[in-house]
Amino acid sequence: MTTPAAPRAWPVETLARVPYWVYQDEANYRAELRRIFEGPVWNYVCLESDVARAGDYRTTFLGEMPVIIVRGEDGALHAFENRCAHRGALIALEDAGTAKRFQCVYHAWTYDLEGNLVGVAFEKGSHGRGGMPASFCKAEHGPRKLRTASLCGLVFASLSPDTPPLEAYLGEEVRRRVARVLREPVRVLGRFVQRLPNNWKLYVENVKDTYHASLLHTFFTTFRVTRLTQGGGVVVSEDGGHHASATLDRRDDSEGAAYREQGLRADQDGFGLADPSLLDTVDEIGDGIKLQILTVFPNFVLQQIGNCLAVRQVLPKGAGAMELAWTYFGFADDSPAMHRRRLKQANLVGPAGYVSMEDGCVGGFVQRGTAAAADELSVVNMGGEGAESQETRATEASVRGFWKAYRRHMGY
Amino acid sequence: MTARDLPAADLLPLVSALNADYARAIDDDRLEAWPGFFAEPCVYKITSADNHRRGFEAGVVYADSPGMLSDRVAALRRANVYERQAYRHLVGLPAILGEVEGAVRAETPFLVVRIMRDGTMDLFATGRYLDLLVDHGGALRFRERIVVCDSSRFDTLLAIPL
Repeated sequence: MTTPAAPRAWPVETLARVPYWVYQDEANYRAELRRIFEGPVWNYVCLESDVARAGDYRTTFLGEMPVIIVRGEDGALHAFENRCAHRGALIALEDAGTAKRFQCVYHAWTYDLEGNLVGVAFEKGSHGRGGMPASFCKAEHGPRKLRTASLCGLVFASLSPDTPPLEAYLGEEVRRRVARVLREPVRVLGRFVQRLPNNWKLYVENVKDTYHASLLHTFFTTFRVTRLTQGGGVVVSEDGGHHASATLDRRDDSEGAAYREQGLRADQDGFGLADPSLLDTVDEIGDGIKLQILTVFPNFVLQQIGNCLAVRQVLPKGAGAMELAWTYFGFADDSPAMHRRRLKQANLVGPAGYVSMEDGCVGGFVQRGTAAAADELSVVNMGGEGAESQETRATEASVRGFWKAYRRHMGY
Repeated sequence: MTARDLPAADLLPLVSALNADYARAIDDDRLEAWPGFFAEPCVYKITSADNHRRGFEAGVVYADSPGMLSDRVAALRRANVYERQAYRHLVGLPAILGEVEGAVRAETPFLVVRIMRDGTMDLFATGRYLDLLVDHGGALRFRERIVVCDSSRFDTLLAIPL
């Protein structure tokens, strides 16, 4: 497969500067779909529990490429492009379902659960007339097949034969932090989609940006859930693309002095909850980490905010828009009290989340703010210029890590 | 005589009036009055038809006490950041569906237009309120209001309650 040349020249060497055209340029966006989402990466596609039994399937996207993920008769996971080999119509129309085989509605071409073309309607014609030429070989036609890999109940897919095995792709440190949260079979509690008015990378950067959390999300600080002055840090994978940030149980910072010294909006005292049961968090993992946000390049977020657990899938929808698909979950053996705790803490996240609703609009603020600034540069300098793990969250190391991986994939 | 003893025809104007007052409080930005439409204890949840049908219990907003509703308003006023916006609720006629555990069950369709500070008007949400209504201090109040949005997709963010 040939990959198109990078459509523009990257203006600077340092990871600490990013040109704004990267969020706007249509040619660059098309190149991203090819080089990143359809390239040598693992895209998160669904939970294993979504496709638990033979024939269970889900449809989703690799970037904008529609795909089907299905559990085969053999118990293995299969994934293939959701595109009929005949005229290109979608093969499966529902988000999820159970099938013995797939049949395109347009001309009834049929596929097995591995994506092999097994039936062509009127292949031999009708009354000896028409039909496909004798030379037509079904095995030579079919939607493109993807590789799949699963880890701790998460399913990833890749179109490229060059993608390293999933565990090597993640690296040991990130893999361990995935396993830390997903330690037993999950139970889905809800699914919502948030449409964001910004380029997909602005959201991915936002999730990786440990610096903004307690400054933009003032719910955290006013209710003293987290401050940058709390213990924690950020792990960045060697290639830069993945990260995990952690916030430890609160240290004594009752004065909020660091915030007040700087006159930050994020420090407003005297704001108490009428019903503090929202923040009744149990250290269910038992390691004192109150909050962990983890990303896998390019489209996956795993979140543990107290007892609120969720995965988020980033779906690009053109250069200036994206969707964020949220799946909230608990575990099959949650006690009724833990189940209720998760429902309450779900208020913290999602489209109406106390500590995430701002992330829904701030990407749009950048998209609009930079409308005339294609050739200007964004400053990503907190904590230096490198993309190494740091024992502080007052850094943009993991954002620079993203650009390190992005530029490598894009040839910038 | 309590609300549940009234025939459906008599309940219709009472439920309709409650819905009208509820919508006006939100659309007029009198959010501090919003928790007052609920009994104690209460449940308020915003979910979607798909989640509701599948029995997925988590909502985008979930409150099981009037205190949690007040906290939502306090957070919107003092902590959360979002562009200035307002809603216009159009609330349909309630269907009175009988009685459940001493409460009147009603279902009411709604449509909400969101008006942004720059003048953009969007159809932000449509759906139905699944309500359990009780007498609370002589007035009809929500013991439970499950807001079932027709779509699971929300544009940008949901700050103001539905």
